[in-house]
Amino acid sequence: MKAYFFKRLIAMFITLWLIITGTFFLMHSVPGSPFNEERTTNEAIQKNLEAYYQLDKPLIVQYGNYLKALVKFDLGPSIKKSSQTVNDMLGRGFPVSFELGMYTLIVALISGLILGVVAALRHNGIIDYLAMSIAVLGISIPNFVMATVLIQQLAVNLPIFPVATWSSPQHMVLPILALATGPMAIIARLTRTSMLEVLTQDYIKTAKAKGLSPVKIVFKHALRNALLPVVTVLGSLAASILTGTFVIEKIFAIPGMGKYFVDSINNRDYPVIMGTTVFYSAILIFMLLLVDIAYGVLDPRIKLHKKEAK
Amino acid sequence: MELRKQEAQNISPDVPNEWFVPKVRNKQEAEAVVRPSLSYWQDSWHRLLKNKLAMAGLIFLLFLALLAIFGPIFSSHTVESQKLAEQNLPPSSKYWFGTDDLGRDVFIRTCYGARISLFVGLMAALIDFIIGVVYGGLSGYKGGRTDNLMMRFVEILYGLPYLLVVILVMVVIGPGLTTIILALSITGWVGMARIVRGQVLQIKNYEFVLASKTFGTKTARIIRKNLLPNTMGPIIVQMTLTIPSAIFAEAFLSFIGLGIQAPHASWGVMANDGLSTILSGYWWRLFFPTMFISLTMFAFNVLGDGLQDALDPKLRR
Amino acid sequence: MEKVLQVKDLHVSFSTYGGEVKAVRGVSFDLHKGETLAIVGESGCGKSVTSQSIMRLIPEPPGKIRGGEIIFKNMDLIKLKEPELRKIRGANISMIFQDPMTALNPTITIGEQIMEGIIQHEKLTRAQAKRVAVEMLTLVGIPNPEIRLKQYPHQFSGGMRQRIVIAMALVCRPDVLIADEPTTALDVTIQAQILELFRDIQKKTGVSIILITHDLGVVAQVADRIAVMYAGRIVELGTRREIFYKPQHPYTKGLLQSVPRLDAEKGELVPIPGTPPDLFSPPVGCAFAARCPYAMEVCDRVYPFKTHLSEQHQVDCWLQDERAKKLVSSFK
Repeated sequence: MKAYFFKRLIAMFITLWLIITGTFFLMHSVPGSPFNEERTTNEAIQKNLEAYYQLDKPLIVQYGNYLKALVKFDLGPSIKKSSQTVNDMLGRGFPVSFELGMYTLIVALISGLILGVVAALRHNGIIDYLAMSIAVLGISIPNFVMATVLIQQLAVNLPIFPVATWSSPQHMVLPILALATGPMAIIARLTRTSMLEVLTQDYIKTAKAKGLSPVKIVFKHALRNALLPVVTVLGSLAASILTGTFVIEKIFAIPGMGKYFVDSINNRDYPVIMGTTVFYSAILIFMLLLVDIAYGVLDPRIKLHKKEAK
Repeated sequence: MELRKQEAQNISPDVPNEWFVPKVRNKQEAEAVVRPSLSYWQDSWHRLLKNKLAMAGLIFLLFLALLAIFGPIFSSHTVESQKLAEQNLPPSSKYWFGTDDLGRDVFIRTCYGARISLFVGLMAALIDFIIGVVYGGLSGYKGGRTDNLMMRFVEILYGLPYLLVVILVMVVIGPGLTTIILALSITGWVGMARIVRGQVLQIKNYEFVLASKTFGTKTARIIRKNLLPNTMGPIIVQMTLTIPSAIFAEAFLSFIGLGIQAPHASWGVMANDGLSTILSGYWWRLFFPTMFISLTMFAFNVLGDGLQDALDPKLRR
Repeated sequence: MEKVLQVKDLHVSFSTYGGEVKAVRGVSFDLHKGETLAIVGESGCGKSVTSQSIMRLIPEPPGKIRGGEIIFKNMDLIKLKEPELRKIRGANISMIFQDPMTALNPTITIGEQIMEGIIQHEKLTRAQAKRVAVEMLTLVGIPNPEIRLKQYPHQFSGGMRQRIVIAMALVCRPDVLIADEPTTALDVTIQAQILELFRDIQKKTGVSIILITHDLGVVAQVADRIAVMYAGRIVELGTRREIFYKPQHPYTKGLLQSVPRLDAEKGELVPIPGTPPDLFSPPVGCAFAARCPYAMEVCDRVYPFKTHLSEQHQVDCWLQDERAKKLVSSFK
């Protein structure tokens, strides 16, 4: 277990390093200086700016400096908002985004699991069709569409919920709903499929043959096994929720990291784009590791250090 | 004594004596296969036909394709023609889906949006298919160290957040239709490669493949004749599910301003434009593009589900 | 002899894509106290469906018990509701499935899996239940039961797992034990051990066993009586001695000839030609007629009557009809 964990940690850092390197050289392969478009800059000021941001040095030196700063968790300054650093933005924006993302994940998990289990237990019944119709709709409707529909219906037509900003629990309802629908649908479908699969297994028949009640069979014998595939997609779900926050925060004017990120894309604020990408990638890779560990806890068959052989 | 009595009784009166003659039979009867066996594809097709939701999806997509190709013919307007006098008109017989703030016909723009969405989706799926099949097929077929190395690479790519990578690439190479497809393909093929590899690994040890190997058949031929037909099911399903995610990605990118640029129309662009006017009551500007995005994704998803059910040999009885 | 279980004219169907499969078409038999009754037949003949119908474990839908009675302790199991059935399952009638690799839940310790049955049916504390579980594991020959209780199924070998499955089935001292191909998935040496265990347990507990198998070798070792099933019906039923030494049905004879025997001459292994019939539309007459070397015109037209050859021995075959006896010599 420890050996495996250590191996995974190393692999994690290698992946992260690859991402940093890839991102860095991608960002610096954009032709021209980021200050070229600015109307006010004359050549002297541009030189000064480039010197300030160390853009005049050879690329490899810049890369080295960037890595050195990264080790100290310094993601560098913003180009377009000169008084701010990327760390400032993350410090302000990320807690909000994290809150939004976490609530979304929790809502999606709970509702998705319930929908999926119920659908599987009522296989081919009305509830099954209903739940799966909701799920297919949830997958089909992009989150930004969901967001606009929710705003129009529950904020404009019927002013039940306030929109814009992230100041009270009421403000959180619509963004979380909009963002959670897709992941919920994915979890519901996956849970249903794996639950149906598990319910045909021999050990479920054995449990029935023991005279256990359906409740016991579902909760004790089926659910835990059915959860395994759901756990494996949590990593990629977290990624999709994360990218989802970009648009949701923009639509609902939530002052999270996603909003800064989209703004930085529109402004071509390369250090911010780079910093955010690296930061989010690190979080996601860490999530994948957590998922792996959770899987090992749920399934006693997995001896983590042996998984390498697969 | 008693036994004999029973035997003596053992003549059933309703059965005539002349039936007690050896049965006449043709030779094949004993070995005959009683139920007509359908081929895999026939069987799958029959099951797909029975799936009403999947068929509805298929019909909608055909309709959408027709609309994308021929829709603009039915209208005198073009995608770029602006009539400033006819701004933000609600749907009418002249403008079926209304007009936008530049007096452009929303219907025509929706048709063009369909073109772009379908094109992006199909191209992305095709590129994923080509790279994924070649990469995954090779990896699975070669096995051993090659496979290990190739899959390590795939794992790294798989760990990357898809849309984040796409956004990054779009930022670097700039917005546009070709760049979207390129960006989507950079990591998109990974899922396909994994599926193909898994299938190939599973199938290559089957007897019939071993059999053709012992005859000295060439690798390429084995892949083409034996492996591909047997891996086709999961590949098709994966492709039908790639298309909606590519369509979503395009709409998403256009929505955050990284995708198709004006004056070209894409559903994402239109939705983004429409969103800003939502408070002004021009609902049609948001409604039609978003409805089409959702319906299209819905159609592909139910078709993909239907295909999965139809093609999955595990469900065959 | 005391009858523990009576099955009368059982009919079971499954609805599938292709239509209704009539898997069991009028099966009747009694199970006596303390005996082992083997149900033998090719795969798909309905033997597993019959056994699962007794426990009412047929998934409904697509399965459906179309008719018949299953009498246990003066109750008709077919008429019972789920909660009542649950009290019988595991407590009075229990079941062992074919593959010990999949019959145990991989994510729950085997101790928990053995104990949950007792806790369900008998008002026992966990400590008491654990004592029973240890006792049971000892009975089925698992060493160090106290330690083994805390382990997961993947930490056991196939034979060990089957012992655990048996312990699980016996934990409430049931009257009837249904074993569905209990040795098929095991190595030959382990098979012998498990069969020995069955005999041992039967001696100690007096449980009646229904043994479902396609393996006549297994049957020869443990069965008291044998029911031969073909295409959803019992075509011949008798004591082990009667079935092995005086088989009457051509199908039974075929089965016996297709088993390798040490005392037989070389080259005497005779397969039965053809495949079992399609149960979507089973033949009107005898289902075996298409493969039977003695088939007559009547076989295709009418299903044969049950002929009782002795108190135990019964067979469904037109060859038992007086008028057929003369013909037999004309075959071959």
